[in-house]
Amino acid sequence: MTSLDCNKPETKSCGCSSGSGKKMLIPAIPPVDKWGHIKCRISDKFRMNYAVEPGLYSIGNPGESSPVLVTANYRLACDHLRKAMEKSSAWVLVIDTKGINVWCAAGKGTFGTSELINRINCTKLDTIVKHRSLILPQLGAPGVSAHKVTKATGFSISYGPILANDIPAYLEAGKEATADMRTIKFPLRDRMILTPIEFFAALRKYVWLILGLMVFMGIESSGILIKPAFVNSWPLIISGLISVITGSVLFPVLLPFIPFRSFALKGMILGIIVIIPSLLFYDKIYYGNPFLASASILFNITLISFIALNFTGSTPFTNISGVKREMKFSVPVYISMCIISSILLIIFKLQKWGVV
Amino acid sequence: MGCRLNYLKNVVSLKLNREKCTGCALCTDVCPRGVLHIQNHKVEIINRDRCIECGACSTNCAFNAISVKSGVGCAQAFINAIITGGEPECGCSKNGRSSSGCC
Ligand code: SF4
Ligand code: SF4
Repeated sequence: MTSLDCNKPETKSCGCSSGSGKKMLIPAIPPVDKWGHIKCRISDKFRMNYAVEPGLYSIGNPGESSPVLVTANYRLACDHLRKAMEKSSAWVLVIDTKGINVWCAAGKGTFGTSELINRINCTKLDTIVKHRSLILPQLGAPGVSAHKVTKATGFSISYGPILANDIPAYLEAGKEATADMRTIKFPLRDRMILTPIEFFAALRKYVWLILGLMVFMGIESSGILIKPAFVNSWPLIISGLISVITGSVLFPVLLPFIPFRSFALKGMILGIIVIIPSLLFYDKIYYGNPFLASASILFNITLISFIALNFTGSTPFTNISGVKREMKFSVPVYISMCIISSILLIIFKLQKWGVV
Repeated sequence: MGCRLNYLKNVVSLKLNREKCTGCALCTDVCPRGVLHIQNHKVEIINRDRCIECGACSTNCAFNAISVKSGVGCAQAFINAIITGGEPECGCSKNGRSSSGCC
């Protein structure tokens, strides 16, 4: 048994922490390898299966008066904490958030009041430390009612800084975080880190569009032909791919520098800037056809704006009321643009067949 | 650069009940956007448009002095809700909103 887990029915009272020699039984927080970090950034599935078992862990050589830090059983969070506290000793109470990071889990309530109370009780934390205080990550606050936890367990809660790296300074200052430590930031580096996930998520959906496009291009009066499907589609496939990259990589990186506050509008602006120059290759990409060109340009701008709007969920400065308002005006616009674009494409096709 | 990262104006649903506020300042501690401030032992909204409706303040106010319609500001969540007919819930398996170094 490597950790204290209340979820397994056979360990009802987490039998492993009773009696003497508690310290010996409490494992150090497990390190994570570089490759694991990278895979976590690319694959959602991998990250899910890479969770830390909930329970109590140690960093260094903690005693009964060492601080207790609470975190999610999200592997990267545990690892950041381990690294930040490298030079000190502390207890780490890992609560079960199904492998999801603190912020998202707090929003869903899995990093929450009842799970925390449950985990305090089942690890018998009160027998391990003398003091009655916990340090929670500030970003866990949306999910946890500090006063309710105190009422139920006797443990009082202090909210630590946002970044694990600031914890030593926070502890040194007597559990005081500066305003700067308390403010969420979204620097270029963080925006870049998100781009692989955004890109692969968008790409997976784009594959279907490519297939649809190829079928459409391949439709001839004599049936679906393979050769025109490939030959006629590839310039459009590439411009679509450019849109996917623009929406999922370029947009997050340029986010603060694109005018307007609305993500849908920002996306549209960026889309226009990126897609309009394709007209320089009017003959190559669009076969000199105005219907095909306008259909493709309209569609790509819509696509970029849509991917951009989706990025609202990944930024720490949007809010639900704002997203609702954005959706209200942008979704009808997207739908109309897609309809217009489809009509233009059909006209292009009919023209090719010599119907119009 | 931080100052450029602002979302739409005048949409936030944050409400105060200053009668109930005891000035304990826990809400100012948990707010990740510097929206709240204590003035004369009472809470005050100083940056309304910066609020991300995370609900940290209202969840942690033991005196029910703050309310906010909280939820994830995530378009994907709404789209999922439309498709599945359920509540807006973020896929949020995304590393998403937690920045890289946070715990
Ligand atoms: S947490 Fe509640 S009581 Fe305390 S300062 Fe904020 S609003 Fe006032
Ligand atoms: S909802 Fe979140 S961002 Fe808004 S005031 Fe409360 S803690 Fe701050």
